[in-house]
Amino acid sequence: MKKIIFASLFLMSAIYADAQNIYMTKTGKISFFSRAKSIDKVEADNNEVSSVLNTQTGEVVFAVLIKGFHFESALMEEHFNENYLESGKFPKSTFKGKISNPAAVNFSKDGVYPITVEGDLTLHGVTKKISSTGSITIKAGKISAFSKFAVKLKNFNISIPSLVADKISEDIDVSVDCKYEVKN
Amino acid sequence: MKMLEADSKKEKKRDYATATFKTSRLINGHSIENAAAGVMDFKVSHRFGMINKGSYELFGLDQATMRMGLDYGISNRLMIGVGRSTFQKQYDAFGKLKILRQSKGGRWPSPISISAVSTVMLKTLKWENPKRQNFYTSRLSFAHQLIIARKFSEGLSLQLMPSFVHYNLASTVNEPNDIFALGAGGRIKLSKRLSFNVEYYHVLPLSFVEGESYMITGTKNSLAVGFDIETGGHVFQLHFTNSTGMTEKTFITETTGDFFKGDIHFGFNISRVFTIKNRKKKK
Repeated sequence: MKKIIFASLFLMSAIYADAQNIYMTKTGKISFFSRAKSIDKVEADNNEVSSVLNTQTGEVVFAVLIKGFHFESALMEEHFNENYLESGKFPKSTFKGKISNPAAVNFSKDGVYPITVEGDLTLHGVTKKISSTGSITIKAGKISAFSKFAVKLKNFNISIPSLVADKISEDIDVSVDCKYEVKN
Repeated sequence: MKMLEADSKKEKKRDYATATFKTSRLINGHSIENAAAGVMDFKVSHRFGMINKGSYELFGLDQATMRMGLDYGISNRLMIGVGRSTFQKQYDAFGKLKILRQSKGGRWPSPISISAVSTVMLKTLKWENPKRQNFYTSRLSFAHQLIIARKFSEGLSLQLMPSFVHYNLASTVNEPNDIFALGAGGRIKLSKRLSFNVEYYHVLPLSFVEGESYMITGTKNSLAVGFDIETGGHVFQLHFTNSTGMTEKTFITETTGDFFKGDIHFGFNISRVFTIKNRKKKK
């Protein structure tokens, strides 16, 4: 018992020690769309993205529930969950990575800073290294991050049946938009 | 960076079981599913003749009865629908409400889903005895069902359907006006887009009137087995059943075929959904 208390106190102090550098959000936004030309727009939004950003080390983590992606069409949403992403088996997608040029961002000064992020994206049970460009905007002390990248479905074992191949493209454009707050 | 995981564990959000079945019908009767809010589901169902009629009738394919129906999801919990069957020239209308939804997490997780369906059926065949004084209300019958379902896993869903059918006018004095039945059914998913379904309704030996028969003379319990095949916006249901009708009163209480003597109808339901009202406004 003593050990646990001691350990947790130690952990807490560790968190508090760098609390100033940790920013997080639970209402980040990720949306995606398929580039293929189709009458039915294949696009969805998720406004419940959790993300943590460490401004000192440049580490950044995202976690998102697949079921949180909402489509205009209920059927499309069901197929997305049932047939493509299999959210019953793989409920979450995560990204763990690092800003490769954290020194380029001055977190205490307003401005727009281009960044490159590299890390592991886990989607549909498959983990792949990806890298993407984006930007960090500092405005009145608030940090927001923006990024756009493409995901190749084949790389994540998501197969498109030939019947709908002309409706869903192999590359999906994903955009990320998060406004961070200080974690306390 | 473990914080994120710790945080997400703390506040577990309510997670509803979705897609317990592929469509709002199991085979003949209702499944736990509804059409989503703003979605219209157009259903065309056929039951061919009996397979044991031999090659002269091309194993039943020469005859067919049909039901065409439109279902609409008013909200994610309430669905209404109307239909017309060639069998007995029936019109039917129903309302279906999700009372409880199977969920994990949140304050009141539930292991099961419960829905209630009430159907009214109007038989418009010409009066059997036009000389007698006939009332419009005599054409009506009603069915009330509770559907209790659980999605046990991605591959297995089961449901129970306690049902009650009421005839305003029974065909003879000796036939019951009120019939109780218990249905059971389920599906096993064979692949992402294919499932195997079973549906069975057992008429219960219960009656309001003592000494009255509880089942219509000469009828059998309804059994159906089949497959759901999903292709994009369509769901095809192909099945074998001993029931001819596709409304609750006809398949629960008026099934005359004996499944195990080969009185089996091949049949199919085709479901096509249309999004009438978009769920969110685009900027």
